[in-house]
Amino acid sequence: MRDVAVVGFAQSDSMRRETDRNEVEILIPVMQELRKKTGLTNDQVDFVCSGSSDYLAGQSFAFIAGLDAVGAWPPICESHLEMDGAWALYEAWVKIQMGYADLALVYGFGKPSMGDLPLTMALQLDPYTTMPLWPDAISIAAIQARLCQEGGTLSAEEMAERAVRDRGNAKSNPYAQVKGDFSVDGILADPYIANPLRKHDCSPISDGASVMIIASAEKAREFQDRPAFIRGFEHICEPMDFGVRDLTSSKSTEIAAEKAGVRADKIDVAELSAPFTHQEILVERALGLDESTNINPSGGALAGNPIMAVGLTRIGEAAARIWDGSADRAVAHATSGPCLQQNLVCLMEGN
Amino acid sequence: MSEDPIEVFLQPIQLDYDYTAGVSASRFLRAIEQGKLLGQRCPVDGRVYFPSRGSCPQHAVPFADDGAVELPDRGTIVTYSIVRVPSENIPLELPYITVQVLLDGADTVLMHVLDGDLDTVRMGLRVEAVWKPKEEWTTSLANILYFRPLDEPDADYDSYKEHI
Amino acid sequence: MSEPSLTAPHQLAYTYKRSLGPVLSRFFTALRDRKILGVKRKDGTVLVPAREYDPDTAESLDELVEVQDTGVVRSWSWVPKPRAQQPLDHPFAYALVQLDGADTTMLHVVDAGSEAQMATGMRVKARWAKETSGAITDFVFVPGE
Repeated sequence: MRDVAVVGFAQSDSMRRETDRNEVEILIPVMQELRKKTGLTNDQVDFVCSGSSDYLAGQSFAFIAGLDAVGAWPPICESHLEMDGAWALYEAWVKIQMGYADLALVYGFGKPSMGDLPLTMALQLDPYTTMPLWPDAISIAAIQARLCQEGGTLSAEEMAERAVRDRGNAKSNPYAQVKGDFSVDGILADPYIANPLRKHDCSPISDGASVMIIASAEKAREFQDRPAFIRGFEHICEPMDFGVRDLTSSKSTEIAAEKAGVRADKIDVAELSAPFTHQEILVERALGLDESTNINPSGGALAGNPIMAVGLTRIGEAAARIWDGSADRAVAHATSGPCLQQNLVCLMEGN
Repeated sequence: MSEDPIEVFLQPIQLDYDYTAGVSASRFLRAIEQGKLLGQRCPVDGRVYFPSRGSCPQHAVPFADDGAVELPDRGTIVTYSIVRVPSENIPLELPYITVQVLLDGADTVLMHVLDGDLDTVRMGLRVEAVWKPKEEWTTSLANILYFRPLDEPDADYDSYKEHI
Repeated sequence: MSEPSLTAPHQLAYTYKRSLGPVLSRFFTALRDRKILGVKRKDGTVLVPAREYDPDTAESLDELVEVQDTGVVRSWSWVPKPRAQQPLDHPFAYALVQLDGADTTMLHVVDAGSEAQMATGMRVKARWAKETSGAITDFVFVPGE
């Protein structure tokens, strides 16, 4: 395996509704900021990979416009996924591992505020027997939360604790959307939006973008004195039908964490991309995290959820804590599909 | 009730959006509502993009607000095609001519249709826009109905060969 | 910037035409006849809806068996304000229902009248459409037997 490190990152604010700019106009200043911070020029980039969703944009091939932010003439080596940018990073990492590239530029962007996001998410379900019923993302997550609560896996109090922790942590994150001081009692007094989920159990809907640079060890030190070396990178998928999955644990996260070597030593920082509080608990457990780990110092997905960028942003937030020396070993998580169907785990170390 | 097995299933999808054009496209569309064709000059190499899209796709730099360039509604056909297949979204009588027009002063081409002779349409043909009546103008490129030939000599190949 | 972005309502609408293949063809044809089919796995357990492949072993499956159109709610959530695309125009529940004769749950709709009528473990039965077309929307569940 080649040593590959995360060496640059920039993100936009997570915004409930960006009224003026379109998707690519949200991305352009983030890309500009990354170039300014790192001095990156296009001739240094061997591969470009991105994640976005045409269903969010409401038009086919919407992702092509994203290339206006990159500069694709003379022609570049490029790929796109209808997945969170964290999976685009995985593709770029594989490309570097295979020796086809030494440095890659990766980005994710989305503007879900133009449509009805929870309903749009129904289109990722089985198209024959499930999608025609148009189950929205919040209803499906609520079914999972009830299974967890009634089966004794977790409690409403524990869920509220995650909302309090994450939104409290987010006070120091200038890019976060939902932040502040909340209390478990206050949250539990709120009404349900989809019983047993309260508003605080759900991540916000966020417009936003993030951009990252990864590089082989030889190039990494041109950008960072202390690169965040990727020591384990895995993504694991569960079956399509809810009925054949155990929705009260995140088995795929567990397997990914095992393969990535997460439990081999202490984790200083974890950044999790679970869009609902009960899912965050399942992911924490699957990763084997406890009080010794600083979980979601940025606030995680519950404080800002720029869909298609949120997972990549978790990796960027974790890497930044290695760059500044506040963490030696960090893990980032991204998810895709309903009820934590597919999970990605990225383990990074400073040494 | 039919006894035939069901082998195919039809699933209608309907999603509603409140679509935002964005800063650059809004500027372009508001100008065309006034009958103005607005391009955007790249701050790096000075090339003029029409329609403008917010950043230079070659250099990946945002267009500056003061980089807007008003273009004339005449130009040169750099390539064309004769369409003989109907399309649901194009209410024109067949056959018709689609053209790529390089407006004078622009460095990117505009896709539109030509009201012209199938036998004499050619690369280099000089054309001008035919607009809807002013009272029907909206924030849409459809304010231009079509292009028609000008009574001018053809443009030199060298003047547009870079834009084919 | 002087003026806000132009916005416009935009509708993305089209119809997917999907081939069903042999297993799902039988599943949907049975729905038209108001019957629900599962598929038997090698270990004898029954998956509903019927599937072409075993999700654990990837073995081909083709032994279709009829299950009851009655069952038990294993989990649910309440939809207080249905969207236009959703199957009912009044509040309802999405639920994981384990049909009698099935070993797995399926996601479907319970027309329960009110949230207070919903409970995990409750019995439900299918209410079939007057005209069935061979689609998963040919029925919804209602409480009781």
